[in-house]
Amino acid sequence: MSRSPGAVVTSTPSTTGTDPAIEAIDLVKTYGKGTKSVRALAGVSFTATSGIVLGLLGPNGAGKSTTVKILSTLSTPDSGSVTVAGVDVRRHPDQVRRLIGYVSQKPAFDPIGTGRENLELQGRIHGMSGRNARRRADELLERFGLGEAANRLASKWSGGMQRKLDVAMGLIHRPRVLFLDEPTTGLDPEARVDMWAEISKLATDDRLTVLLTTHYLDEADSLAARLVIVDRGRVVATGSPDQLKSSLGGDSVHAELAHADRHDRVRRAVEAVPGVTRVTVDGTALRAWVPDGAAALPGMLAALGEAGIALASVSVARPSLDDVYLHYAGRSFQQAEEVRA
Amino acid sequence: MSTFVGHSRLLTLRSLRTLSRQPAYLLFTLVQPMVWLLLFGQLFRRIAELPGFGAASYVEYLTPGLVVMTAMMTAGWSGTSFIQDMERGVMDRNLTSPVSRAALITGSLAHQAVTTVVQSLIVFGVGLATGARYRGGIRGVVVVLACAVLLALIFAALSDAIALLVRQQEALIGVSQFLAMPLAFLSSVMMAPALMPGWVGDVARFNPVDWAAVASREALTSTPDWGLVLDRGALLLALAIVMGWLATRAFRAYQRSI
Ligand SMILES: Nc1ncnc2c1ncn2[C@@H]1O[C@H](COP(=O)(O)OP(=O)(O)O)[C@@H](O)[C@H]1O
Ligand SMILES: [Mg+2]
Repeated sequence: MSRSPGAVVTSTPSTTGTDPAIEAIDLVKTYGKGTKSVRALAGVSFTATSGIVLGLLGPNGAGKSTTVKILSTLSTPDSGSVTVAGVDVRRHPDQVRRLIGYVSQKPAFDPIGTGRENLELQGRIHGMSGRNARRRADELLERFGLGEAANRLASKWSGGMQRKLDVAMGLIHRPRVLFLDEPTTGLDPEARVDMWAEISKLATDDRLTVLLTTHYLDEADSLAARLVIVDRGRVVATGSPDQLKSSLGGDSVHAELAHADRHDRVRRAVEAVPGVTRVTVDGTALRAWVPDGAAALPGMLAALGEAGIALASVSVARPSLDDVYLHYAGRSFQQAEEVRA
Repeated sequence: MSTFVGHSRLLTLRSLRTLSRQPAYLLFTLVQPMVWLLLFGQLFRRIAELPGFGAASYVEYLTPGLVVMTAMMTAGWSGTSFIQDMERGVMDRNLTSPVSRAALITGSLAHQAVTTVVQSLIVFGVGLATGARYRGGIRGVVVVLACAVLLALIFAALSDAIALLVRQQEALIGVSQFLAMPLAFLSSVMMAPALMPGWVGDVARFNPVDWAAVASREALTSTPDWGLVLDRGALLLALAIVMGWLATRAFRAYQRSI
């Protein structure tokens, strides 16, 4: 852990003696040579305990796909080491390939095959008998609600169904670790929510370890038990979404002042409230940061009342992952995405 | 080894299924040889009357050469299905599965072999209809098919390897067009060796298209020189094995670039 260049917020020690499902140490990867070379990864380290959804969150070009390609034996790092399900990826790629499912960012089914043909072929490639592959394909078609379309060419399916087929193909051989590279990018909102439900079932019902990459903050927030935030080839923060948000100093209390004056008096009154770490006043907007907004609110209201300050409204906000990203990456997520576009 | 055989079978079946659902691809690459056969076969009919040409008619001379030329040209497109697999995530999924690399190549080559046999029979049929006679009989035709398949394997493996190296459709087509035309013309496909300029004959001796054309024409004569056929056939087989091996190696280059 200490080798991670970014902030490590969590401190939950592994309670079991088992190896982590995924361990990446100091991955460095450069594409191309000379002046045109691109440093995709500049020392990425993280671990995932088994049976969780780990979210790799970052803007486009952060190095998410590169990391997943290395973990899934597709690509090799310039330096660094990786183990997946306890197996050294660089030394025993063949073993790792039996233990993982890989769903790439690009659609990976054969459009000229039917859904069932795609699934059965994938099962057979993993050494399943014809009958077992057929049975497992049926099971997955059923589970993902693809049964009715099973015998139609996959190229004729909707985008959401096609993406589910990709995921189902990654599951056919019951892998221990599943890599999902941007599984919901390009899907309509309904299909996204549908996919979210399937993904969250994977870790709970199937006890799979899932590494999910995404550039959607809301997706990372709702699916990942643990987040690794990457920016420009580096890990900038790790922890559960809640831990990361709390690490920013807790909640912020927003109050709208009735009058835009007496700022010094306002500030002094609020700063005196126990727990308040920072106060800003700008026009009629008052913001105060506290570890626990609900607990601090009565004290703040009392202090402002005593000082004779009238309020128009007041609200408490939890920090968002946007705030987390801004804090650790030093730029807003929005901005980071725009730089690439 | 058994995974190699099993995977080769699965991937061959997949590609034949694709072929059966898109049979138009078979015809697409037949346009050019048909034009040559019908146009040049008639246009240059009197070439066969030149002293020393040594064939009953030009169409009869041209047909086996066009069979092997078609095999080469069509095989040059083989890599495009790899590129389609790369543009989708199919290639990456395969490479993260425990699939044998050699089986990926074998599947592609088996598909190409079937395509070649079907196309060759069509060219033979059109040749027959325009006056060619195959004096070597069924045996001769089978030998021509074998030569065409070996030549197709050589160029399909080369095309697959290039696809893995350049990873772009346009670049692949460019490279294979750049190779195909000179190889077709610097051979005895169109013109009898006795009447070729000396240097073309010298170059042709190192040209696999010429090996296949020479062996094919010989096998179709009424009294073939089997030694010559075997010699050229062995060269084709050896080169096909080398190319298949190279194509399998090219996966490493692909994986280094992604
Ligand atoms: N095959 C490649 N060749 C050259 N550069 C690449 C290649 N793949 C990725 N890159 C570059 O590496 C960086 C990280 O890319 P990637 O891992 O795909 O980011 P993400 O998945 O987070 O959007 C980007 O600058 C990208 O342009
Ligand atoms: Mg990506």
